[in-house]
Amino acid sequence: MEESILQYEFIIKGLLGSIFASITAGLAGTYIVSKRMVFLSGGITHASFGGIGIGYFTGINPVLGAAVFSILSALGVEYLSVKQKIREDSAIGILWAFGMAIGIIFIYLTPGYTPNLMSYLFGSILTVTSADIIALGVMSVILILYFGIFYRTILYISFDEVFARTYSPYVDVFKYITTSLIALTIVLNIRMAGVVLVISLLTIPPNIAMIFTKSYFNIVIWSVAAAFIGTAAGYAISFFAGIPTGATIIFTLVLIWLIAKILSQITNKVKQENNRNI
Amino acid sequence: MAECLFEMRSLSASYGADIVLQDVDFRVYENDFIGVIGPNGGGKTTLLKVILGLLKPVKGILTFNQEILTGNKIGYLPQISTGDINYPVTVKDVVLSGLMIRKGLISIMSPSDRNKADQIIEELGLPELTNSPLNQLSGGQLQRVFLGRAIIGDPKLLLLDEPGNFVDANFEIDFYDKLRILNRRMAILMVSHDVGTISAHIKTFACVNRHLHYHPSAEITNEQLMAYNCPIQLITHGEVPHTVLKKH
Repeated sequence: MEESILQYEFIIKGLLGSIFASITAGLAGTYIVSKRMVFLSGGITHASFGGIGIGYFTGINPVLGAAVFSILSALGVEYLSVKQKIREDSAIGILWAFGMAIGIIFIYLTPGYTPNLMSYLFGSILTVTSADIIALGVMSVILILYFGIFYRTILYISFDEVFARTYSPYVDVFKYITTSLIALTIVLNIRMAGVVLVISLLTIPPNIAMIFTKSYFNIVIWSVAAAFIGTAAGYAISFFAGIPTGATIIFTLVLIWLIAKILSQITNKVKQENNRNI
Repeated sequence: MAECLFEMRSLSASYGADIVLQDVDFRVYENDFIGVIGPNGGGKTTLLKVILGLLKPVKGILTFNQEILTGNKIGYLPQISTGDINYPVTVKDVVLSGLMIRKGLISIMSPSDRNKADQIIEELGLPELTNSPLNQLSGGQLQRVFLGRAIIGDPKLLLLDEPGNFVDANFEIDFYDKLRILNRRMAILMVSHDVGTISAHIKTFACVNRHLHYHPSAEITNEQLMAYNCPIQLITHGEVPHTVLKKH
């Protein structure tokens, strides 16, 4: 009896977690992949580990610490590269490792054993709380509303910022809001896939989508679908095989990407052959 | 008397301590078609940036006609590099983005906006590419898409930054014809280093080399350029300048 309740809870958690992770990762992922911000996002993710460490040390919720760190590092990269003229990729590299270093130092200083550390690094469904799921759900709603209402404005700014600046006074406002939302999305998904792996959860689905479609809107839809299949299947497999969730999800997503890539190449070949025969 | 679209009075602009434009007096009227020429680093692009509001002048006055301020403002065709052509947007998306200024915060496109975009795309000769991604287009086709973006809002003033840079030969004549037609409804300011090619299409010159000298004719000689302190070489100046001056 008790076991079936636990199983039920696990399924609900897994299902809701997969849905919300897919929506947030699909929306944010399409943006960062289209705008070539994957490395920046990877930097933000790792820098946020500093917040997790400080959270452990001070007893504040580590996710909250990570959220603060991720937004600060996103704005920090902007500050260092634009105002201090440090190359952007170097600025990312500095903050990336700096955040990790802070995290490790504070976790080391925290008295006693830190049992959840591995779950932050590599993700684990077992440690995902209802609060985490609710937070991801709220984030999904925020992102859908934000990208839904401002779809074209965001699209135009990220396609051609220089041009957008001549036409709109809101370019910087949009850039900062979008980057902050993406930083928060990453942090909330760390609970699902872990610091080390979460960037792939955002990056692989849009790349699967781009095999089939070239329009931004369709890429979002396909990304969410691909991310859902990947996370849900990854969950199920990790549960039954008893292997880490985050790693299984990423492995499943890469497998889908590979199959999609091969399939599209085969169909392209067939099409070419047909054209030649005509 | 044609209406003045904007006026610059003893305007200076600089990047930090580096003064790029100094004491510029310049007026542009409707139906003007001005070729902006001058050496590299002479301030041609800076002039456009000031007009677009991307760079604040450090001194002097820039006043716009009411219609430009409130209405459709300014159409702008930048040098190609600013948009990422691998970005997942279609030709129609890019043309529609030229309406962004009117939409304010929320850019929702109405059916009439979409019709307008289709009409512009048709006019530019790209109807079969309406829903294509940009990376499938040739340089000349891209040029036309960006021109479409610049003119969809029916601007009174069109700024072109080195449009000759990525026009393919087939489209070049067509492109300048298109500009001639557009010139009936908007003033055009065209930055170019290729004096020979543009002199056949423009009405007047503005020579920019820190200072701006307005030359109220499409004919310009080396002596005049020297007098304007505008060191660019004119090879020759025949009856039909664009054929004589064409690169060989």
